[in-house]
Amino acid sequence: MCSEGFSGYIEIRECIEMPQKKTAPRKTSGTKPAKKSGAMVSAPARKVRVLIAKPGLDGHDRGAKVIARALMEAGFEVIYTGLHQTPEMIISAAIEEDVHVVGLSILSGAHNALVPEIIEGIRKSGGDDTLFLVGGIIPDDDIPSLRKLGVHMVFTPGASIESVVAYIRKNVKTRTLS
Amino acid sequence: MARGPKDVTPEFTEEYARWRRKLAEHERKHPPNRKRFSTWSDMEVPLICTPEEIKDFDYLRDLGFPGEFPYTRGVQTNMYRGKMWTMRQFSGFGTAEDTNARYKMLLRGGQHGLSVAFHMPTLMGYDSDSPESKGEVGKCGVAVDTLADMETLFDGIPLDEITTSMTINSPAPILLAMYVAVAEKQGVPREKIRGTLQNDILKEYIAQKEWIYPPKPSMRLVADTLEFCTKELPNWNTISISGYHIREAGATAAQELAFTIADGIAYVQAGLERGLDVDDFAPRLSYFWDVHSDFFEEVAKFRAGRRMWARIMRDRFKAKSPRSWMLRTHAQTAGVSLTAQQPLNNISRVTLQALAAVLGGTNSLHTNSMDETLALPTEQAVMVALRTQQIIAEESGAANVVDPLGGSYFVEWLTNKIEKEACRYIHKIDEFGGMLASIEKGFPQAEIANAAYHFQRQIETKQKVMVGVNKYESKEKDLPIDVLCIDKTAEERQKNRIADVKRRRDSGRAGSALAGLKKAAQGKENMMPHILECVRSYCTVQEICDVLRGVFGVYRDPGMY
Repeated sequence: MCSEGFSGYIEIRECIEMPQKKTAPRKTSGTKPAKKSGAMVSAPARKVRVLIAKPGLDGHDRGAKVIARALMEAGFEVIYTGLHQTPEMIISAAIEEDVHVVGLSILSGAHNALVPEIIEGIRKSGGDDTLFLVGGIIPDDDIPSLRKLGVHMVFTPGASIESVVAYIRKNVKTRTLS
Repeated sequence: MARGPKDVTPEFTEEYARWRRKLAEHERKHPPNRKRFSTWSDMEVPLICTPEEIKDFDYLRDLGFPGEFPYTRGVQTNMYRGKMWTMRQFSGFGTAEDTNARYKMLLRGGQHGLSVAFHMPTLMGYDSDSPESKGEVGKCGVAVDTLADMETLFDGIPLDEITTSMTINSPAPILLAMYVAVAEKQGVPREKIRGTLQNDILKEYIAQKEWIYPPKPSMRLVADTLEFCTKELPNWNTISISGYHIREAGATAAQELAFTIADGIAYVQAGLERGLDVDDFAPRLSYFWDVHSDFFEEVAKFRAGRRMWARIMRDRFKAKSPRSWMLRTHAQTAGVSLTAQQPLNNISRVTLQALAAVLGGTNSLHTNSMDETLALPTEQAVMVALRTQQIIAEESGAANVVDPLGGSYFVEWLTNKIEKEACRYIHKIDEFGGMLASIEKGFPQAEIANAAYHFQRQIETKQKVMVGVNKYESKEKDLPIDVLCIDKTAEERQKNRIADVKRRRDSGRAGSALAGLKKAAQGKENMMPHILECVRSYCTVQEICDVLRGVFGVYRDPGMY
């Protein structure tokens, strides 16, 4: 890898949150999600919108970032929440951003505790036909129960970017695209 | 000055040219199976290295002797003959009782030192009964909320007889204070406790992402522990400057070296700004490398790292003590290289990586267990991983000779090449105004994200092969292996425990300890004595962190990709 020609820094001074008077500092919402979209698609109005989210305290974001970038390059509009999101933060991001797909990346083993709340919250807030994907370290034994809860697909280690892209293209509810 | 092997004679040059012509002829009939050959970090490598490729090589300048500047061959004079590397398996899960039992098993199995893995809530400064901790209690490590947990964790383990490494960063001063308090309770004097605090906050912003406060107050906490340890804990390694997480996040070998050493430079500067003498604290800084899958690249990286640090400490920081020049390092085999597919293959990967660390001259080593990509390791898997180190130490012969790969044309060429690339990055970071400024610009983060993406593309296009992942995949389901399940009652047990501790503690003392810490944080004094008082009064990790959150604010992920 060459260090020349990098681009797109974000000044992190914007990412420091000072506590308001009396309120707990972490009650406030997260940083505004970073939004990028691929330049390949000519009809932006028909773009599939994908939220890639990192719930819980898990800091493993290599996979989430690689997927976010790959989906963007595949022509989707991608919103990445950044790390350490509570279920409420993810639910409101999904609703506010009016996404078609929510991809949850979890590698800490907390999936059974976090996923149901997020799916339920999004569905209750009108995201009935959202496509829910989970990626990360998910033991085989946990997959059937996640599927039952409404996760459409679980991508475990070794899943290719291509398979994720193909799955979304095939299964996203196109009627929500306008 | 005599430079380079005398082998590059006119006759050699002529012979080499002749052989090159022959090679070109040969490759017309037997073309190479790929267009380009590169290391796992995608650094292009030649077919062969000869005296020509390292013609500037100077033995005394570039290698020297083991235990002497620039330490390319190792920091100890007789290396493993005199002191075997420390076999230190990182471990922790469930509650303190669960992990205490695992530690005793590892010590009985011949492990030399302990290495504590804390669960996510502790790493992030939350208690087990906090809403943020839902589903995370005891999952990725051991739950430690108060001194009472730490007492249980080391129950029956005399702290003057073992060394302990603690992987903790934002709340590092709190966990260090707990360890000191446990030693006090065991009657062990401070100068007798030995171990390592990771305490490397810069790499959290760069790679591991377990931050709480913004970078500047976080650096103040690091400097506080550095100062406290330098004065009070003479045998404690104050910061384990870690490349591991940087590499795992996707960095190349050269980026791992560069960003980690640049972090080291920032910590030395922080110590100097505190008014400490470089030779009083630099000898207690240690390093922590990842050992990835490209065997020679890793060996070269370890060697280049020692040479770079020695030169930086002597020439840039004018350190006079040779102990300040030495890059002592722990290493861990690459978690990210393990595959969920055909998991038994991971034993082979770990063996090769561990051998690379040993031939690279590591001083301490953790070998991953074959099942760690699926869950925390089972006892059987941990034992295989420990035995792998013992087989290398006792059977392979690799520990008999110092730096046995030193002088290999290829290894010396690669060592130079990685060092040069890493120095280029450090120069760039210096231009930004140091690592803190570079992090604020998002420089290392962007470089790592780019490298991670580049690597994933290489896997997808099969330019790089991972066995069982993008080649030699099994048609049948993988052989099942046992996976450790964390007891579902851990969360409940831990919540009850906090409630119990809060009920029994002197709440007046706890309250005034927290108030004292707040005042110190708002001012300029060293916070360590106040944190110690909080810990001794059984304040929880989150209570202490919340005081500091209130004063310093919190840091949020910029979410760049």
